[in-house]
Amino acid sequence: MTGKNSKPPVTPDQILLALAPQLRELFDGVHQVELEHFSMEIGDLELFIPTTGFGTTNAAHAALSHPFATKPIDLIREPYTPMAYSFPGKIREVTLGATKAEGGSRSHSLVIGGATMPAYFDRTRPPVHSPVISLDVFDMPVNLPKVLRENVADVMDDPAEWAKMNVNKFGADVVTIHLMSTDPLFRNASPATAVKTVEEILQAVDVPLIIGGCGDPKKDAEVFTAVAEMADGERLLINSVTLDMATSKTLGRVATAARDHGHVLLAFTGLDLNNAKELNRRLYEYIPPEQVVMDLTTVALGYGLEYSFTIHERARYAALMGDNELAHPVISAATNAWAAREAWMKMPPVFGSRELRGPVWETINAITLLLAGIDLFLMMHPAAVLTLKELIPRLGNTGTASPDQIADWVGVRL
Amino acid sequence: MSSENPPPVGKKRKSIKEISPIDAYKLLPKTNCGECREANCMAFATRLVNGELMLADCPPLHTLEYQDSLENLSHLMAPPVRTVTIGTGDRAIMIGGKYVLQRHDFTYHNPSPIAIDVHDLMPEAELLERIRHIEQFSYNYIGRTLVLNAIALRSVSGDPVTFSRAVQRVAAASTLPLILCTLDPAVMQAGLSEVSRRRPLMYAATEANWKQMAEIALAHKVPLAVFAPGNPALLRSLVRTLMEYGLHDLVLDPGTFGDDGLSDTVSNFTEIRAAACKQFDELFGFPLLGVPLTVWTGAELSEDVLKWKEAITASILLSRYADMLIMHSMDGWVLLPQLIWRFNLYTDPRKPVSVEAGVKTFGRPDPRSPVLITTNYALTYFTVESDIKAANLDCYLIVVDTGGLSVESAVAGRYFTADAISHALKNYDVGSLVSHTTLIIPGLAARLSGETEEATGWKILVGPKDSSGIPQFLREHWQPENEYK
Repeated sequence: MTGKNSKPPVTPDQILLALAPQLRELFDGVHQVELEHFSMEIGDLELFIPTTGFGTTNAAHAALSHPFATKPIDLIREPYTPMAYSFPGKIREVTLGATKAEGGSRSHSLVIGGATMPAYFDRTRPPVHSPVISLDVFDMPVNLPKVLRENVADVMDDPAEWAKMNVNKFGADVVTIHLMSTDPLFRNASPATAVKTVEEILQAVDVPLIIGGCGDPKKDAEVFTAVAEMADGERLLINSVTLDMATSKTLGRVATAARDHGHVLLAFTGLDLNNAKELNRRLYEYIPPEQVVMDLTTVALGYGLEYSFTIHERARYAALMGDNELAHPVISAATNAWAAREAWMKMPPVFGSRELRGPVWETINAITLLLAGIDLFLMMHPAAVLTLKELIPRLGNTGTASPDQIADWVGVRL
Repeated sequence: MSSENPPPVGKKRKSIKEISPIDAYKLLPKTNCGECREANCMAFATRLVNGELMLADCPPLHTLEYQDSLENLSHLMAPPVRTVTIGTGDRAIMIGGKYVLQRHDFTYHNPSPIAIDVHDLMPEAELLERIRHIEQFSYNYIGRTLVLNAIALRSVSGDPVTFSRAVQRVAAASTLPLILCTLDPAVMQAGLSEVSRRRPLMYAATEANWKQMAEIALAHKVPLAVFAPGNPALLRSLVRTLMEYGLHDLVLDPGTFGDDGLSDTVSNFTEIRAAACKQFDELFGFPLLGVPLTVWTGAELSEDVLKWKEAITASILLSRYADMLIMHSMDGWVLLPQLIWRFNLYTDPRKPVSVEAGVKTFGRPDPRSPVLITTNYALTYFTVESDIKAANLDCYLIVVDTGGLSVESAVAGRYFTADAISHALKNYDVGSLVSHTTLIIPGLAARLSGETEEATGWKILVGPKDSSGIPQFLREHWQPENEYK
């Protein structure tokens, strides 16, 4: 197999640079590295991991060879057929956004989910629906790390313009509007104000939308209900419903509104599959399972990404093995990568500029969870987004390796 | 999960999850001698199958009397992916030794070492400078020092004398484990004879050179990598042949394709590891070597773009079963995420993610010292602890039991609440420690400040969102003279 066929007219990084001109600067390294002394004391901690595994002896393995046997003269050809694995379960398919014909106003809808295999587990079965990417918009000024802020500084006061930029410039498949201003502890903006913001975004862009709340179970219920009514038929993804809402007796109201007006619910739980299942069971009382997506929590690289990685691997395997309560598409807020200080902090020069460290942090956060089965990402940095958009089709396209290209990597002068 | 064809090679074995303490107990001496410091052999067996103790922890097993038991136990407990040791002494690295495909099924052992390349045509000063960087690169992460682990010396010259000289230089400059990289057996022979006692990894046997490489590896008793890019069937054939040749310390390189072929790379690594862990396929039961460096052999791109690609390829390989990596970029922004992700991935997923709640004392606090509060998520706690210690602060830190959730999650999930803070202040009798009633809460819990003042009667100061800002925050906002009761 050679790599001659299906060469794109331009290379991916040309696309990367063309789509995000500010990256040219970035990659050309014109940014000054800012220095700041940064150090941590080594504590004397006993945590987590054994640095070595178990000792083992060769006696443990059934020896194929015998000390006095004749050494082979020719290569012994060993037959090899890759194992064909199959799973009884399947992840539900969930449609986001609705076109005019479907009762909404989007230019197209998107389907996520549908997996019958763990992600990228079997080369003959790439993802049924390619994972998609949503870019964030906030409805009020928020504290963003410098490296994120500089890409969107011009539009931060105008959510509609911000949404447009996300779609037109950065290639967002979906836009998330975070209605932070509704938080009773911040501006306590009214549901009517939130509805107006969502209307503006619906006007500004024609991709499917995700509606983010403020995290207060009561206020979110009011806001989500009002938005669901206004955007009847748009198949918004409502981010999110929680067990807290069940406790504050607002879950039914939101779920009913989503059902009656044709939207999808994002069920958020904190790294706990029992809670995820419990929340889903409660939602099934109100809404068809095909209108439920899960957020199992994304933690930043360095701050617990391994918990997110493992909970997603466990959830996906359990679902494919037949646990229907977990057989929902999953989202990851890869933007959370920026919670890691290593992503945004000025560090000694040996660790490179944060202009590169930050985006690579978000990118690796996302890719790691892509391998664990994420169907939809919430992201922010253009370089991270472009890398994922280029990588996702490439990961689903086997048979493109050209062994000649790397056959002599050992002897290449770099 | 079901598979349609029968296991290719290997007899019926139990996976680590199926081995019961009884299985292990039956093969132990059953004398309850206590030399392992466990109460009895059954307790030892339980911890053995849990991965907490090793066979080496039972001294009697290693006497002549229990020779057969040891062999049977070794067989029972052997990981489906063998362990291969590279290097000698304190800095030797063990690779492989994996029991499971997914970490949640047990835990991953032997964090993948990262080797950085140098080559034999580098001017001596450049070579030594690069080695110095490799040796010195480190990052302190929640109390652990994360470092690079090996040097991969490539023969670019193709000349035995040049390679041999470079091997001597590298060996003299560093005691890190070595990987000698050349596909030419004559060059390998010349280089290896200089350092074979340091047990370097030979890279690599291929379809073209396997016989000569096998002879060299046998003669010097060193581990050998097997390279069959994009061709798992050939890889199996080579492994089979080399095992027949008498070699057992093999490392498999199925080829790393960072651009076109990335999908094949992920598929090959996954197939091979699944065959070893799920089917006990012995020919694939060896450590896997990933070479993100290969992105540098592709299209001519700007250096930063190549580094970017190498960073991404490396992180994918760490998550997808690579037991060792060879990389080229020395940039911190490329390496740091790999070192941290490797550390995270190899933590034991069965261990709790929380630390004990309570009041921690730092430095020598007095009644005027600040009182801070955080959650008991391990990473949150250790990050805050690191920052406080680094700045030599004298203070109290209250750790609230949030079920192991971070501040942000615990606030959102209502585990870190005004009531929880109030309970902690009372339960730990914090009022008796200090003469003031001011509490500094995390910036990420800012929204709780009003409710908490009401619930506790303490004055609440909202601290920084990131604990690295604590020292500066205290300098600017902590004025104990105004805080007396």
